[in-house]
Amino acid sequence: MSAPPCPPTELTVRVRKSLSHNAGFSFALDAAFSVNAGFTILFGASGSGKTTLLDCVSGLQTPDTGRIAVGANALFDSASAVNVAPNRRSVGYLMQSPALFPHMTVRQNVQYGLAELDTREREQRCEQILRQFRISAVASRRPGEISGGERQRAALARALVRRPRVLLLDEPLTALDSAVRSQILLDLRAWNSGRPIPILYVTHQREEVFALGENVIALEAGHIVAQGSPHDVLQRPQSETVAQLAGFENIFDCEFVAAHPEQGTMSCRLAASKLLLEAPLSRIDRARPLRVGIRAGDILLASPAPHGLSAQNVFPGTVLSLEERDVLVIAKVECGVELEVHLTPAARNSLHLQAGTKVWLVIKAYSCHLLQDGRKRTVALAQFHV
Amino acid sequence: MILQALTLTLRLAVVVSCILLVIGIPLACWLAYSRQRWKFFVEALVSLPVVLPPTVLGFYVLVAIGPLSPVGRWYQRLSGHSLAFTFQGLVIGSVLYSLPFAVQPMATSFAAIDRKLLDASALLGASRWRTFRRIILPLGMPGVLSGFVLSFAHTVGEFGVVLMIGGNIPGATRTISILIFDQVEALDYAAANRTALLLLAFCFALLAALYGLRHRVSWNVWEWK
Repeated sequence: MSAPPCPPTELTVRVRKSLSHNAGFSFALDAAFSVNAGFTILFGASGSGKTTLLDCVSGLQTPDTGRIAVGANALFDSASAVNVAPNRRSVGYLMQSPALFPHMTVRQNVQYGLAELDTREREQRCEQILRQFRISAVASRRPGEISGGERQRAALARALVRRPRVLLLDEPLTALDSAVRSQILLDLRAWNSGRPIPILYVTHQREEVFALGENVIALEAGHIVAQGSPHDVLQRPQSETVAQLAGFENIFDCEFVAAHPEQGTMSCRLAASKLLLEAPLSRIDRARPLRVGIRAGDILLASPAPHGLSAQNVFPGTVLSLEERDVLVIAKVECGVELEVHLTPAARNSLHLQAGTKVWLVIKAYSCHLLQDGRKRTVALAQFHV
Repeated sequence: MILQALTLTLRLAVVVSCILLVIGIPLACWLAYSRQRWKFFVEALVSLPVVLPPTVLGFYVLVAIGPLSPVGRWYQRLSGHSLAFTFQGLVIGSVLYSLPFAVQPMATSFAAIDRKLLDASALLGASRWRTFRRIILPLGMPGVLSGFVLSFAHTVGEFGVVLMIGGNIPGATRTISILIFDQVEALDYAAANRTALLLLAFCFALLAALYGLRHRVSWNVWEWK
């Protein structure tokens, strides 16, 4: 017998699925990736196809075509008409709501998936996972009588006690506060180090990507737009989903005007304004829409007009509104487009900012990140426009 | 005479509601979860006895089980007598007549179960049968109980169908509602009053007991191992 072509725990997914709704809305999921044991974050806006993707892996939905396999074991393969039923896939799936059976105790819930084991082993495994996820104390209670964190722990224990080959987590911890969330994640990591399986973790929260991510897959409108370590993916945020991931508060359509190779910059006009922005010279595909992303914290405000700056972009503007959030002041500034600017209360006070104040905006060329929607993993790197 | 009619009525109600439990649960399950396009057709058919006068239903059942129909002839060849004007005939008519009262509350409570729980059950390796036994049935138990009580009560109180199919044979088809009708026809108002009062008291006591029980039913009672 020949050696298996891939590691026994590797999850490979290649799916196409169109969903059409009556309201003329249609959506196509078209994604291919493979991941190894450990956390992989699926990041994307709602409607980007994350849940559909998980449903396809778990068997709750059937892809139109493609192949889903764990190691050499196909769960779904349209070419050879394989479609393993959800109850035989050995895939753990945790949804946003814990979906615990309300008429059973936590212990009965956890034991539910162990029907084929004999009583002694079932109880042994159950007690072990209850201890591991710190819910032994509430094991005799019903889901209605325990806290939200304990419910998610119970749901996690119930899925993991079966020793699944893949674990799917669909924003399971969004409803919990961050202390509870990180403790649960620590326990999950500890479990995963003992039993290395691929874990697909869906989220649209940026913080979670950095807290968890060994590997990130960014989804946009059913397509994978970036994949890699969070650092790699964020290094060159060329798609809008990744831009949101990287925390660009300001994203605008723009059009290419001219390249200045000798200066290492290129000029772009922001849509619906006369504003010309100097951005670092980069490869773009002129046939596709171009956008620019600017972090709110990368914009300086000055008054009076600054001079002798290295920054390429200096525009006049007017403060529209100021909003204070904890130690952050969020200013909306009109300068042909509306920009969000983050500054400290001290900066606001020293510039005497209030609605209507005239200010100068200062943006370094390197703070202007050009983004191009890409359907492929690597955005088309056509040529320099010289 | 009253006692005979009462036991006959109770026997009929018990048999009919038990049969409806057996037919009703799978039918309600199908109605709650099927994605067949023609489901509405079955829904309408099941609900028909709610709006139809009992005489219409009774008439067609009588024709269907009578010696002129294939079913009636087949039964007659098998048993030597006709289904019409017998207890068995009465059971058939009553089952059809009480069907919606059993099926609708069951289907409603099955449909109200969170689909996520059924998905979760499948993802935990459970077969459809196990999901039905361990999740759907216990969580739908209030609806199953309601369906059972309603079909029982409805059978106790029925009149038109019994009269059409069963006629008025003491010990075989004379239920308590027919007896009251008889007594009023004979202008024996005192006897009619006694019978009616007995039925009223019995029905009230039964329903009070069942509803009282249902309020006390916690998940413990219906927990399935």
